Amino acid sequence: MARMKFLCDSDRCIECNACVTACKNEHEVPWGINRRRVVTINDGKAGERSISMACMHCTDAPCAAVCPTSCFYTTADAIVLHDKDTCIGCGYCFYACPFGAPQYPRVGNFGTRGKMDKCTYCAGGPQADNVAAEYTQYGANRIAEGKLPICAEMCSTKALLAGDGEMIATIYRERVQKRGYGAGAWGWRTAYKETLSV
Amino acid sequence: MIARILPALALALGLGFTTPAPAQIGGPVTGIPTNPAPSGFSAEELELQKALQGGRIGGRISIPDAQAASLVQPAGRDWRAFHNVTLSWIGGIAVLGMLAIIGMFYATRGRIAIDSGRSGRTIQRFNLLERSAHWMTAGSFVVLALTGLNLTFGRWLILPIIGPDAFATITLWGKFAHNYLSFPFTLGIVLLFLLWVKDNIPNGRDVGWLKAAGGLFGHSHPPAGRFNAGQKMVFWITVIGGTLVAISGYVLIFPFWATDIAGQQLAHIVHGVISVLMIGAMLGHIYIGSVGMEGAFDAMGSGQVDLNWAKEHHSLWVEDEMKKARETIAPNAKVAGAD
Repeated sequence: MARMKFLCDSDRCIECNACVTACKNEHEVPWGINRRRVVTINDGKAGERSISMACMHCTDAPCAAVCPTSCFYTTADAIVLHDKDTCIGCGYCFYACPFGAPQYPRVGNFGTRGKMDKCTYCAGGPQADNVAAEYTQYGANRIAEGKLPICAEMCSTKALLAGDGEMIATIYRERVQKRGYGAGAWGWRTAYKETLSV
Repeated sequence: MIARILPALALALGLGFTTPAPAQIGGPVTGIPTNPAPSGFSAEELELQKALQGGRIGGRISIPDAQAASLVQPAGRDWRAFHNVTLSWIGGIAVLGMLAIIGMFYATRGRIAIDSGRSGRTIQRFNLLERSAHWMTAGSFVVLALTGLNLTFGRWLILPIIGPDAFATITLWGKFAHNYLSFPFTLGIVLLFLLWVKDNIPNGRDVGWLKAAGGLFGHSHPPAGRFNAGQKMVFWITVIGGTLVAISGYVLIFPFWATDIAGQQLAHIVHGVISVLMIGAMLGHIYIGSVGMEGAFDAMGSGQVDLNWAKEHHSLWVEDEMKKARETIAPNAKVAGAD
């Protein structure tokens, strides 16, 4: 089985936010929820970089480790998913997540969080593939259709890569060797406890 | 590559050693890097450096959510370790340790009886307002404690027994109960403070009471006023602990209204640690106020305690009450034999 990962080549990302928009559109993500976002560091300075970030589908995922109801599970492709029926919206996964991936709709009293929502790697949820209930809760299940996540697939500069970790690492390595520079794989040390040597 | 990494590693390690661990929680949100960026800086080096420093990699974001501007926050790792390891140990020791102490105490000392037996006459110890405030606080505390412990331990203790769906249902209702009952609990803390603070100021008699260990071992009854030193400790644990738990709890109920993620993590740490310590203390309080001591429950039950119980445990308070009663009933009467 593949080990699915995201890799954002920040030397290519032009901060067009199309990945963010495509994600919202594909899954009909509600207002105020952003499964993916683009962060620009060193904005306006030398060394400015934009990085598209979402759930990295970590090895030994911190969200799963701290969840009081143990609602997370990992697929055979190492995609970290969760069951919204057993999520209670406590917010612990957001405190533990290094990447700020978990999102919560504001529902009900106080600042009470609704059921957590996050990037599913376009792999839906625990229901049968591509049933209406799955779409309502988690959005499209492109993986079940043999497609890659929409954000990476439609990235105009191919900065955002999704797929098996080995394959996208190879693509990235070839790029770096050809052009002679590369800032590296953002979040890989934190998410996968490995770095991408070029 | 090696030549690039080594200086950065050395710098990062140096900073890592000089940064005390607790500061990692409240580490500043920094745009990176602190020194001017080399044109080809590496994501891996930056991540390693920030992980060792406890800082965050953050930047600018176009969506209107300040939280989203944080790219990588290594402090989540420390919070995870706190939640899964530290808090479990503190909580486990506080609850099981206190239960073990109570069990051993009951096995050796047994129920503390009224030495001189019940007199049949009673004296009012707590009025309706005091009892209502106590039970409002106590009732909400018990639910808050159980639902709170469930968040930390339920996954390991209850979920395997009743299954994920039933567990998710009770935990969700537990969350609602926890949120709503925080209000009567907080009100109760304020009321108890106002009602009892004047009788809970520590004074010289408390030293003697503590030296005699409150008469818990043996059958001595060190003199005490309305509240003995042990009860004063329970009072201040409730007031100070309850205040800290309430403040940190409201920070958690209204996420990100008052603080950022470092503040939320810190609020959870304060809330968790103080809560389990309070639960341990209250287990002792519940024991000695119910099965642990004959006649003690009446104080918070009917509010009328047996006079002999009161004389044994709160001798100075009984004297005061008697004096007041005499002055109220017959202000000019002289004590028998005074002529």
